[in-house]
Amino acid sequence: MMNAGSSPRQPYQDYHEWYASQDRTRLIAKSRDAENIFRKTGITFAVYGHADSSEKLIPFDIIPRIISGREWRKLAQGIEQRVIALNAFLDDIYHKQEIIRAGRIPRELIEKNETFLPQMIGFKPPGGVYTHIVGTDIVRTGEDQFYVLEDNARTPSGVSYMLENRETMMQMFPELFQQNKVRPVQNYPNLLRQSLASLAPPGCTGKPRVAVLTPGIYNSAFYEHAFLADQMGVELVEGSDLRVIDGKVKMRTTRGYEAIDVLYRRVDDDFLDPLTFRPDSALGVPGIMDVYRAGNITIANAPGTGISDDKAIYSYMPEIVEFYTGRKPILENVPTWRCSEPDSLKYVLEHLEELVVKEVHGSGGYGMLVGPTATKRERALFADKLKSKPGSYIAQPTLSLSTVPILVNKGVAPRHVDLRPYVLVSDKVQIIPGGLTRVALKAGSLVVNSSQGGGTKDTWVLED
Amino acid sequence: MLGRTANGLYWMFRYIERAENTARLIDAGLRMSLTRSDSSDDDWDGVLQSAGVREDYDKVHPSLSGLDAVDYLLRDKANPSSVMSCVEAARNNARMVRTALTRETWEAVNECWIELKQVLARKARSTDLPEIIDTIKRRAGLIRGAFHGTMLRDDIYNFARIGTFIERADNTARILDVKYYVLLPAISQVGSSLDNMQWESILRSVSAHRSYGWVYDGEYRPANIADFLILNPRMPRSLAFSYDKIVSNLGFLAQQYGETHAAHETASATLTLLQNRSMDDIMDQGLHEFIEEFIVQNNRLGQEISDGYRFYQ
Repeated sequence: MMNAGSSPRQPYQDYHEWYASQDRTRLIAKSRDAENIFRKTGITFAVYGHADSSEKLIPFDIIPRIISGREWRKLAQGIEQRVIALNAFLDDIYHKQEIIRAGRIPRELIEKNETFLPQMIGFKPPGGVYTHIVGTDIVRTGEDQFYVLEDNARTPSGVSYMLENRETMMQMFPELFQQNKVRPVQNYPNLLRQSLASLAPPGCTGKPRVAVLTPGIYNSAFYEHAFLADQMGVELVEGSDLRVIDGKVKMRTTRGYEAIDVLYRRVDDDFLDPLTFRPDSALGVPGIMDVYRAGNITIANAPGTGISDDKAIYSYMPEIVEFYTGRKPILENVPTWRCSEPDSLKYVLEHLEELVVKEVHGSGGYGMLVGPTATKRERALFADKLKSKPGSYIAQPTLSLSTVPILVNKGVAPRHVDLRPYVLVSDKVQIIPGGLTRVALKAGSLVVNSSQGGGTKDTWVLED
Repeated sequence: MLGRTANGLYWMFRYIERAENTARLIDAGLRMSLTRSDSSDDDWDGVLQSAGVREDYDKVHPSLSGLDAVDYLLRDKANPSSVMSCVEAARNNARMVRTALTRETWEAVNECWIELKQVLARKARSTDLPEIIDTIKRRAGLIRGAFHGTMLRDDIYNFARIGTFIERADNTARILDVKYYVLLPAISQVGSSLDNMQWESILRSVSAHRSYGWVYDGEYRPANIADFLILNPRMPRSLAFSYDKIVSNLGFLAQQYGETHAAHETASATLTLLQNRSMDDIMDQGLHEFIEEFIVQNNRLGQEISDGYRFYQ
């Protein structure tokens, strides 16, 4: 929030003035109010492997993270450029594979990748869109300095928190929204529905019928699935509600079977169709891939998009952006060592105490090593894992992430954050001004994942 | 609407209704044990029977005691009809059909679950029971209020209402079934204070001890009590009232869907019967037989609705 001196940074000026006039005990009471609002709304998530605590709240901090309009514009341009490149990349690797032929990406990195789906080769999804919804993870290291951490082009989650955080803030501090011109995020569900409906498959003749596919109420993100279906005013379905009949995907309704045209699936590729992918999947729809290829359903995001946010591909993103857009990337990539390359592996092993090492296919902050905070023993154990399966890991330097203030009992304290703006792709790219700010609640910690004790904040993009 | 959603709504509202009815039964039981000097734990026998869990109770508890019975009815997880089990099941169904509910309705159910989970975390002390019963009734009332005030009157509403009234008719019929002998004409001559107590308890377990007084001038007569609970079209927990609601909600579904099912015929026939029979008729046929038949028929109607509208889990 502050400059090097003691004055607040420009976007925080109005907020800082307001904060200075507030009674701290009242703010702390408001924090508890916020928690009650979340609890009664049922905004919970499930932590895997904890039987008793099947429903948890993500801690919410009531101090907003504020981004100036000017910084946002740069960020938005960079994200748009990147998302366009991602779609072009996907279209290319499932068709002509020019980027491979041009020698910019090794063939085996694509074709031997588990997330690459041969079933998608030669198939063009409706509207040519692969990644309908993207959540780009970004960190800020200084004024106008942003790095992309991950592209999340499969099924990015967390958008319900973006919406509920704003809702809660507006309920608790209406005066702040009169004093600050904060760009709205609340139309996201409408935009999402329009965006999905605009990409109906060729086989859809009437008004497109959209549905959200969830793995069910025991999934950690079930709340979000229900929330989005509810806000969009569409059906929330599970695999067992759906069946392929007469070449269409249909759901079992009180009037019999009715067709679905666009499926926003929150189920991974592997589980989507037991006839094509994992045969033991009970979460998917047998035969849906045939319906898809016949042009009778749109699946969002398209199967096989996982290849574009694979951590091994990530390190090639600067080349990918340049290859398809003809321009230098606006947003920087975090320098990445691919442990599959012997020189890199050697460097990583020698510098473990400075690096963050991640699994190539991992997510959720599981299975990673944060070198600077790990113990000697943890590093030694991890080094063994690295040596036995180097291809499964990448390493990155720990960036000096910018911090934002959070409310603690004694006042405010700085914590590291990242930012996940949400992007909708149809015939245009729409970026919602704001996103999900995740905050590492432990002092000094760099891990923001909710499964690892991270919290969230409302994210303001100012009109200016 | 998904058949699974319709099923979830139907059961969600059956469970909410059942939770409230169980609370009311406990209330009536407590009242009996408080007001009678010769009260014994046997009074709870009837309460457990009305709740339909008498036999299952024996599997968990070696003997019958008031406190054990209350605990079994309020919070035992082994009892699928305990208040806590019902609220848990209602909330699970609500989570599953979240997209069919308004935010207000969902929050009312979720807050009910949050509060009761806390209130019923430990075995209740008898001094706390009145407040606990009150909390359950108030929470059920808040759900009802949110539901009526905010829900669109479409098929979602109709399935929820049908669940409510199938359950309510079943509950009222069960109470009558357990206590039918208290209402037989032979006993009406006796009118001892014990009978008065029994009659009041029946009325209390359907929250009707006051309204009965308004309609029948305050005098307890078994035939009037039976009439009130079975045939009176204005008594909101009577069989006639419940069936009037079931028939009208099924009627809206027929209109919206443009088709009728076996359920429509069954429900209408039952309503006609309840509208045209007199209490004397029913007593002649046999009150016990009438109620037993009704319960069987009510279950069948539930099944027909489930088949007709393609419910599944």
